Formats: sequence, C-alpha cells, structure tokens
Amino acid sequence: MYDIEKIRADFPILSREVNGKPLVYLDNGASAQKPQVVIDAVTRGYAEEYANVHRGLHYLSNLATEKYEGVRGTIARFLGVKDENEIVFTSGTTEAINLVSYAWAAPRMGPGDEIILSAAEHHANIIPWHFLRERLGVKLVWVDLDANDEIDPEAVLSAITPKTKLIAVTHMSNVLGTVVDVKTIVAGAHEQGVPVLVDGSQATVHMPVNLDELGADFYAITGHKLYGPSGSGAIHIRKDRLAEMQPFLGGGDMIRDVGREEVTYADAPMKFEAGTPGIVQQIGLGVALEYLMELGMENVAAHERRLRDYARTKLDGLNWLNIQGNSATKGAIFSFTLEGAAHPHDISTVLDKRGVAVRAGHHCAQPLMDVLGVSATCRASFGLYNTQAEVDTLVDALELCHELFA
Amino acid sequence: MASAAFEEIAETFEFLEDWEDRYRHVIDMGKAMPPLDPAFQVPATKVDGCASQVWILPEIKGMGAEAKFHFQGESDAMIVRGLIAVLHGLYDGLTLKEVLDVDATAELTRLGLNDHLSAQRSNGLRAMVERIRSVAAKELV
Repeated sequence: MYDIEKIRADFPILSREVNGKPLVYLDNGASAQKPQVVIDAVTRGYAEEYANVHRGLHYLSNLATEKYEGVRGTIARFLGVKDENEIVFTSGTTEAINLVSYAWAAPRMGPGDEIILSAAEHHANIIPWHFLRERLGVKLVWVDLDANDEIDPEAVLSAITPKTKLIAVTHMSNVLGTVVDVKTIVAGAHEQGVPVLVDGSQATVHMPVNLDELGADFYAITGHKLYGPSGSGAIHIRKDRLAEMQPFLGGGDMIRDVGREEVTYADAPMKFEAGTPGIVQQIGLGVALEYLMELGMENVAAHERRLRDYARTKLDGLNWLNIQGNSATKGAIFSFTLEGAAHPHDISTVLDKRGVAVRAGHHCAQPLMDVLGVSATCRASFGLYNTQAEVDTLVDALELCHELFA
Repeated sequence: MASAAFEEIAETFEFLEDWEDRYRHVIDMGKAMPPLDPAFQVPATKVDGCASQVWILPEIKGMGAEAKFHFQGESDAMIVRGLIAVLHGLYDGLTLKEVLDVDATAELTRLGLNDHLSAQRSNGLRAMVERIRSVAAKELV
C-alpha cells in the first residue's frame, strides 16, 4: 500500500509554507525534493565519514571509499545492470552526455557523419552534438513528433542511413511527459549496427527501468531529479563501448602511472572519473535510490499514473487551457499555456502566490518549443509525493489566473 | 519625491488589501497602457535581465535643467506590463535630476510591490529601473 501521508512526512520541505500558503511543489521535472534519509546521509557523510576516496590508507579514507564505491552497485541494481563496472559516475546527465560526445563520438566521427536526434530532446542531449556539428562537420538529423505527440520508433529507424553513427534520444520528454519506446529503437538500430544513447533523466524518476532489457549502449541518469543531491549522477556504458572510449577529463584518480614522456590509464570506469568526485553527493544518491527501491518503482509509477489521470481530467475541464502533449501513456508532466495574452511567467507568478511552484520558460528544449509553436510554457511536473488535493490547488490557482488575465 | 501621478497610484493601492487585488490592479494598469510601436521593439530598447521580454523607449523633452524624462514601455507578459505602467507613473515627466533622486525601492514598498525589486527576481523590474536611471544620468552630464 502506497501511504502518501507517510511518504510526504519523509520530505521535510513539504511541510513548509510559501507566500503564506502550504507549498505545492510541482517543479519536480527541474529538480526533486530530498527525503530526510538523504539529508541525513549527506550530513553524516561530512560530520562523521569524510575523507578523499581512493587515496589514503587511513580509516576515514577507507570508510568514505567503501561508501562511495558501494553506490556503483546500488545504481547498477536500480537500473538492472549486471556489471557495476559499466557504471561511470558523473555530476549528472549533462556531464554524462558530454563525456560520450568527447570520449566516444568525437574520435570516430567526421564531416558528413550523421547523428539522429528527436525533436523532444533537452538541450543537454543537443548541445554536445552541436559541438560535433560545429567542430567536425557532423550532420544532425531531426525526427519530429507524430500526431499523438509521440516519437514513432519507426520514424527514428527510417532516418538511419549508411552515414548514421549514433542515435541520441530521450526516454521521457521533460516538457510533454511523452515516453519514448527506446527498446524498439535500440533493437532496430542495433540490427543496422548503430549505437544508441538514451537520456534517462526523467524516465528513471517516474517508472521502472531495466537496462539489461533495453540494451542501450549509453544510458544517462541524474541524481538531483532522483530525490538525491545535486551534482550526483551516472551513465551506464556497455563494456564494448567503454573499450572504444578515449579519456575525456585528465587528472587524479584516472591514471595508473604518469611519467614525463608517457601516461597509462586506470581501467574503466575510473579511467573516466578524473579528479576528486562528488563523494558525499554520490553517497546521498545511493541512499535516494535505496529509498526509491524500497517504495518500489512500480508503486511510484502507479501512484503517478493515478495523479496523471486525475490531473488530465481536471485540466481538460478548463477549456481556456492549452495542454501540450496528448500521449496516452505519458508521465505526469503537464505543459500548458493560457488562451489570451497571459505569458507563462504571469501564470507562474500568480501560482507562486498561491504556494504552487511550477516552471515557466522554454524548459531547455527550444527546438521542441519551435515544433509546438510557442516560445514558452508553464509546466507542472509531479513526483512521488504529490497528491490529488495538490492537483485541486493547481486548478483553483489556474482559475484565478484565467480570471485575472482574461 | 514622486510625481503627482504616482501619488495617485499610491493612494489607490492603499485601498487594496491583499496581493490578489494589487495584482489585479497592476494587470489593469498594464492593459490601459498604450502599446509601444513594434518598430521600436528593437535590441537598442530591449532591457536584458528580464525573464519575459521588455522594451523601454526613453524620450527627453526640453533642454538644460528643465529637460523632462519621458518613456514608453512594452512587455509580452501582463504583470510585467503593469509594472512598467507603475514605473511610468513613477518617472514619466520628471526632470532628469528628479529621476535620479527617486528612491524606487521606497516608493514601490508603499505599493506593496517591493518584493519584485530583488536582484534575482526574473521579472526584471530592477533592470528596468536601472535602465531608466542610466538614461537620465547620461543625459544629465
């Protein structure tokens, strides 16, 4: 049984007020709030268990290393990955995708080579590929949304040409909530020898993900959306791809031996983890993932499906509200604009006065905004602790917006 | 010392008890403000630092100490448009020296709108005030 009141009590910030109203936090797509166990782990990490990792032989260094390295296994378990050495720690999805761009893609691509992207990508899964377009003459091939605001796997696969070197696609749109059938894309792409990178920033937060079944070559996650600390994250990279990668950042921790004329590198994954990492952040992420696994991602997904269906019914009743993204299977993410002159910033300002936190803007997805024909939207994105009563508060506040801006 | 127009605005705000009524009034002021000709909505008049788009077109009328500051403004967000109308009431028609003498924070506090003035607030009211002051300061030299 999903005890929502008990779960909410795990997140101390949810009991605070904003502008004199109880906080209704619907900006989970941007970043999620943290449960007490994560806050405690971070505090304890610094108060009792802190030293640099992989360096010293002293007690605290060993303790911190043990805790930190243990998270690799936790992430592997969370993602259904068999070999934890295929998990590379990063500061989040942005670093993860840049790592692949620099370490794997750049050395093997040249003028005219193609990367297939969907129109629903976050800038983190666009800009690293634009770098290759600018510097190497790589061509970006875009696949648009279909009539249901979904990414048709067949459209992605039919964009493959002999020049295609990579498909980079999100598992769930951060704007529309649309879930992409990554499994079909990966299977079809692999038949033609094309590797696939998946941005799992949103999907892993809202549904169970098993990478052993998905089979993607690269799959990036970000800790701060997974109820963990900011600056934590990882990417799963299949062993054969890891072997193809050059080091990206150079520095401590990623080397075996360094001389004046030569250097040899540590084995993966540490080969790609230069410098002192976000030690306590990753330890906090491990605790957040344990928390999620204890709740059960199936249960989280079921709760959010109920929220999504309830919110969809309520929001559909507001005939002056334009909701972007009509996919039936989408996650509990609603992007919308108001009919008339109200700007998304107007709406978020008024919602904020009612204690409702949403995001207004282009959501780091400007190519998608172009497709939708808007410059910005408001986005209410739900998480595991949100309630139907909060949907009602959102709807009340939107009705006030409609009245104020009519 | 604010203009007579602003004193009138402040008097109206005294009767508005909660934020909802104040916002309603700000939005109405924005609706009543004449639009800025799109021909003037150009990079030179655009105010950076606003989450929504804002344009300020200043005009100095008269010479020397009697020169008066006037401006037209525009935004694609309705609350911001209303805040521009408030600033219009605060600054339009003042001499350049008077513009620089206005304590914008104190005056907007009288309206209960001072929470819009912090540097991190993305509506850019502060950036607009700075633009107006810098135009006046440049003209005064």
